[in-house]
Amino acid sequence: MARRYDSSTTTFSPEGRLHQVEYAIEAINNAGTCIGILAKDGIVMASEKLVSSGLLAPSKSSEKTYKISQHVACNVAGLTADANILIDQARLRAGRYEYQYCEPIPVEQLVELVCNYKQAYTQYGGLRPFGVAFLFAGYDEHYGFQLYQSDPSGNYSGWKATVIGSNNQAGKSLLKNEYGVTSSSSEEKEEEKEGEMKVEVDGVEETSMPDIKGALRLAVKVLNKTMDATASSSEKMELYVMSLENGQVVHKILNKDEAQKVIDEVEAEASPAAAGAAAGDS
Amino acid sequence: MDSVFGVQFEGGVILAADQSNARSILMYQSNLDKITKLSSHSALAVSGPNADLVNFSELMAKNLDLYEISNNGLKLSTHGQANFCRGELATALRKGPYQVNCLLGGYDESTGSGSLYWFDYLAALAKVNYGCQGYASNFCLSIMDRDWKEGLTQDEAVAIVDKCIRELQVRFLISQPNFIIKVIDKDGVRTLKYGADPADN
Repeated sequence: MARRYDSSTTTFSPEGRLHQVEYAIEAINNAGTCIGILAKDGIVMASEKLVSSGLLAPSKSSEKTYKISQHVACNVAGLTADANILIDQARLRAGRYEYQYCEPIPVEQLVELVCNYKQAYTQYGGLRPFGVAFLFAGYDEHYGFQLYQSDPSGNYSGWKATVIGSNNQAGKSLLKNEYGVTSSSSEEKEEEKEGEMKVEVDGVEETSMPDIKGALRLAVKVLNKTMDATASSSEKMELYVMSLENGQVVHKILNKDEAQKVIDEVEAEASPAAAGAAAGDS
Repeated sequence: MDSVFGVQFEGGVILAADQSNARSILMYQSNLDKITKLSSHSALAVSGPNADLVNFSELMAKNLDLYEISNNGLKLSTHGQANFCRGELATALRKGPYQVNCLLGGYDESTGSGSLYWFDYLAALAKVNYGCQGYASNFCLSIMDRDWKEGLTQDEAVAIVDKCIRELQVRFLISQPNFIIKVIDKDGVRTLKYGADPADN
């Protein structure tokens, strides 16, 4: 039934759907998982690195985490080649804004510019949509730390914690139960951002937001759940942290030892008895 | 021949400008308001030929309006506004320049203080505590150099501005009987006093 309406990106189906956009979103569900968590003092983004071959040369740059500007970074899930184009565009727009105003671009404006670029491929030109979903992490003086998710349709939304890529549903349900756990747990943890960072959503106050350390542990916990492999190791995970130091945004990808430390902490939390044995492993 | 100047004080900025609109031997108007409100908490005082004065002021004001409405009411900082204006002058410079010399004064809630930016028709930009455009510099800068200090109150800043106006009226060859003075602070942009009512048609 969908056959006749799914080969053109720019045609609606009778049910009012854009099949090409939906298929693009499907493509991302095969990609390595990315988790983003907003903390009181920063943002954590954890991703699963899919290593396709042992012969691959160790990469000098990340395939998952990209710096867009001094105050914005993003995580990618989907076709890396498509992502590169959009990242170039994001860097360009961030740079242009700073050229014009001598100030860093407000994060939401940057996200919207990238999303508008993606939207064009769903409406005209006859070209397929980008098979990429992003997690944008950024800081600006208007709204502090912000986390946004965007997909091939060109839609975006602001989150306190979210997951994209493979097994994202499992990841999201775990986050729903565990994020901001000190308040009543059954409330909505997601939030459509209308610009108000400090809004209380059904009693989930800002104070129940984890700090970076807590967010890192939660991210690893979620990653353990979404990854197929039973044993989590620092080679397969990439942990990125954005924080503020002396008023400047700092980007950091944890090195092997730092990452392993977090993994060990999560393991210890999970099974205190096994912690003794786990600590014995390298 | 315009006199345009400004003084920063604790928590805001004063902008002042003469009100004459003249060319050659003719005085077209003596109640012109050369200080345009840009946003809720910033204003631009402009010196130059009336055509460019009006064109540039309106262009900046409307573009900054567009910014706010396109971004959910987000306000561009005074620093951002000043750099935007300078950028427009710079782009136009080698195409069809605006012959305007400006002083942009604004108040930022995030810092709780005012800031004053000086930029000229060649698109040079400087952040200053006090400044003048045109012949006014020759008469007023020395007064400001002497009297300005950190942490001025609004009244002290207005007193400096009044001194400058009197100096010009006594010593400047060109007669400038009317001046308009505006204040920008946490309550926004408002006219403190004027020599002749700009609304008087």
